[in-house]
Amino acid sequence: MSTLALDASGDIARAWAVLHEVPDPEVPAISLCDLGIVRDVRRGEDGVLEIVLTPTYSGCPATEQIEQDARAALVAAGLGPVRLSLQRAPAWTTDWISEDGRRKLREYGIAPPGPVAPGADVPIRLVRRTAAAAIACPRCGSAQTERLSAFGSTACKALYRCLSCREPFEHFKPI
Amino acid sequence: MSTPSIQPSRDPSVQYLLRLGDTCLILGQRLGEWCGHAPILEEDIALTNMALDLIGQSRALLTRAGQLGAAAGAPLHDEDQLAFLRDERDYLNATLVELPRGDFAFTVLRNAMVATFLRLMWTRLATSSDSELAGIAGKAVKEARYHEQHAADWVVRLGDGTDESHRRMAAAVDTLWRYSSELFDADAVDEAAAACGLGPRWSDLRGDWEAAMGELLADAGLQAPKASTFLTTGKRGVHSEHMGYILADMQYLQRAYPGGAW
Repeated sequence: MSTLALDASGDIARAWAVLHEVPDPEVPAISLCDLGIVRDVRRGEDGVLEIVLTPTYSGCPATEQIEQDARAALVAAGLGPVRLSLQRAPAWTTDWISEDGRRKLREYGIAPPGPVAPGADVPIRLVRRTAAAAIACPRCGSAQTERLSAFGSTACKALYRCLSCREPFEHFKPI
Repeated sequence: MSTPSIQPSRDPSVQYLLRLGDTCLILGQRLGEWCGHAPILEEDIALTNMALDLIGQSRALLTRAGQLGAAAGAPLHDEDQLAFLRDERDYLNATLVELPRGDFAFTVLRNAMVATFLRLMWTRLATSSDSELAGIAGKAVKEARYHEQHAADWVVRLGDGTDESHRRMAAAVDTLWRYSSELFDADAVDEAAAACGLGPRWSDLRGDWEAAMGELLADAGLQAPKASTFLTTGKRGVHSEHMGYILADMQYLQRAYPGGAW
């Protein structure tokens, strides 16, 4: 069903436009919409604007900040009051990051996630750092990179370094 | 200590969720203790990242447990009340996760044991009859896989490493293995969960867990000790002597400054 078709006042389209401009608090190069966490924008039965978000990681400390930022931006645009809800299923995947979002991540110096590999539901146990290191450097494009750490400054990233230009960089992990 | 304790619901579905939620919560607390103390910076970041995931999973589970408790007639308790205002006997985590953090070998082996267990558990819970729990599980299973991979990587590296790292890893296996029995000890709470489709009996995961861990230990040049009759009882609320100290750390602020936020 197209919610836009029912959007006589244009508020829903305006709300989407606003959310396209709200930056992610931890990766401000991309917006909430680029990140793929805005599931729906709709008009509730009581007329209140409803925003449905999907959390990225269970423990992501930015979740509450994201809700506050989204609400504040919508209210500032004259679209309040706003009701926010979280929808966990289906679980967020990096496959929902937009093409535009991937380009912005790369320009910001973060290697974007590749597609979530089929069979990624089976943990690969053994040390396979070299096999896993086919991540292109976001600065020089070289594929000669290596992983430094499975975890980075936020839950969603890992640390890499480029063996060609010698620069360290972050990689947005595909999940 | 000025805030009175709360009494969670005795409903079996609530107890089932609290067992899992408390296991995540207490392991998250133990991993958080490594902040600023891990052997290298990358591992400091890794352990605290995993602590964050576990605490996030626990928050979702405790919230759901509180809702199911209210549906069963108890007062509605939120995640903070359940995390901070219960008495020791009402925490239902497996004893394994409350043991002091030990050295790095102990930490990564326990992480491998728990992450493997949780991956199997979340996989099953993703098809729970409770859609909220299924949603939590669908997210958490991705995180558990990553944790398992990280921990297993280290178990192999240290077990199949130097004489010193092997010695420490073997000592960790020797200490921790006996605590795994509790993970597969099912009771009436499990039967009720299985009967209503909420989730598997914990005992249902035993075969897959033992196969995965057996393969991991073999790769690491380690051996699982023979099964013993030792059985801990944390998930029935009877804990080791270490539990009280964790709760004192966790609860002090909320007890002294009720509802404090910052």
